[in-house]
Amino acid sequence: MSELEVENSTNGGDEPIIQLENVCVSYRLPSERIGTFKEYAIRKLQRKIRFEKFWALSDISLQVNRGEVFGLIGNNGAGKSTMLKVISKVLKPTKGRVVVYGKIAPLLELGAGFHPELSGRENVFLNGALLGYSRAEMEAVFDEIVEFSELEQFINAPVRTYSSGMFARLGFAVATAHMPEILILDEILSVGDEAFQKKSRDRLQSFQRKGSTVLMVSHALDTMIGMCDRIAWIDHGKTKKIGEPQEVIAAYRGENL
Amino acid sequence: MATAAKPVYDSASYRVSAISELKELGKYRYLLGQLIRRDILTRYKRSVLGVAWTMLNPLGTMLILTFVFSNFFKSAVPHYPVYILSGLLVWNFFSQGTNAAISGLVWGGSLLKRIYIPSTVFGVSAIGTALVNLILSLVPLLLVMLIDKAPFFESLLFLPVSILLLTAFTLGFGLFISSLAVFFPDVAEMYQVLLTAWMYLTPIIYPESLISARFMPIYKINPMYWMVKMFRLPIFEGRMPTLQEFLPALAWSSGMLVIGWIYFTSKSEEYAYRV
Repeated sequence: MSELEVENSTNGGDEPIIQLENVCVSYRLPSERIGTFKEYAIRKLQRKIRFEKFWALSDISLQVNRGEVFGLIGNNGAGKSTMLKVISKVLKPTKGRVVVYGKIAPLLELGAGFHPELSGRENVFLNGALLGYSRAEMEAVFDEIVEFSELEQFINAPVRTYSSGMFARLGFAVATAHMPEILILDEILSVGDEAFQKKSRDRLQSFQRKGSTVLMVSHALDTMIGMCDRIAWIDHGKTKKIGEPQEVIAAYRGENL
Repeated sequence: MATAAKPVYDSASYRVSAISELKELGKYRYLLGQLIRRDILTRYKRSVLGVAWTMLNPLGTMLILTFVFSNFFKSAVPHYPVYILSGLLVWNFFSQGTNAAISGLVWGGSLLKRIYIPSTVFGVSAIGTALVNLILSLVPLLLVMLIDKAPFFESLLFLPVSILLLTAFTLGFGLFISSLAVFFPDVAEMYQVLLTAWMYLTPIIYPESLISARFMPIYKINPMYWMVKMFRLPIFEGRMPTLQEFLPALAWSSGMLVIGWIYFTSKSEEYAYRV
């Protein structure tokens, strides 16, 4: 704990909300797939189970400050999503430490967890429950969700009758119904038509103005320059560069284009 | 400094344990209710008779089994439809509950990879759904008892205890088998075969009196033998279980629940990696 405090004081009074210290995450890739007990038992006895360790993240240390919009960029498979998972308690780091000083609202791929046979209304409550909200918390924002997603006429129809745009709009509205302390966005700024995209971007920016911290992953680099305060470039599980959006993106483009 | 505030999440002190998972599940009880609601509403959403199928399904099976087997067992069992239905309800609860726990965790796995949810929520809601179905299917049982002019005993008041024991056992076993199924995908298929064999090894359609004394000790190893007994005695024989009958059932239920819960939670940090 004392170690953390020292680090903070050197940081010009910026209040950290997410801290990663030497975080490593390894996936075990079995060299052959073992599907049955029999095989497993035989191999276990013969000590033939081999796992290749794949380091999705190795030795990542960084700090995100309260109120910041922090972006993550990198090629596919660089470890960006793994990093979001480690921060949002989905994966426990293999080594190192993650400390988060705020409640996280994950924006899961919109509508994951929706049930096609249930109505929009029922799905709002189900999805809210999956995100960890209580009944009262969902009732308080229900009307606002319906209004924001522009589904007033369809809210009692089963979700299977929705178009993919309606589906995504409802998912976005539920996930952002409550202003979170920390909002995690994994490549989802392209929801719905242009008007709705603007609306959702406005909502995220208003969260940020009111003090939310935003952690985003995207391949839309130009949008990132406009939105982020700082950007980290992740490459093969390591931080390659952290800093001003312009600089980091220029360096990233320099190497990849 | 404001950072002296306690962290919401610190991976260094975070460990899923049997106790911590229980607390997390308490926090997510609204989700638990929502999942049970979803499963009950959607199961028959497009059928005309809807939830009534929960009651019609065991009735239909009972009618068929009665029609097929009554010639064999009628002399040995007086109210055969009641006998068979009381056993069938127990078995359906167990097989549906444990199967739903497996498919629930596999479905939930796609969410567990993306957001934090206490992983026991899927198994517990699966058993919760089965419990609602079990209680609903007591209605046709009582109806059949009326129609068959079977006696109603005071010992029926023991049924809540029987249901509690069965639920605890099924939850423990469901958590255990669903956890195994995550690591070995073949388990789900193997389990179907095991269930069929297990059902025939439990006196559900045939009377216990047909089992030869030689095999009785083997029968008594079977936990489902005791679970069925906890229902049959009060419904059918009109008496409470004796202590010698009650203790094995209690031991299996509490033991399986504790083992299943501890085993499941000890693996729960791995599900997001594996599912």
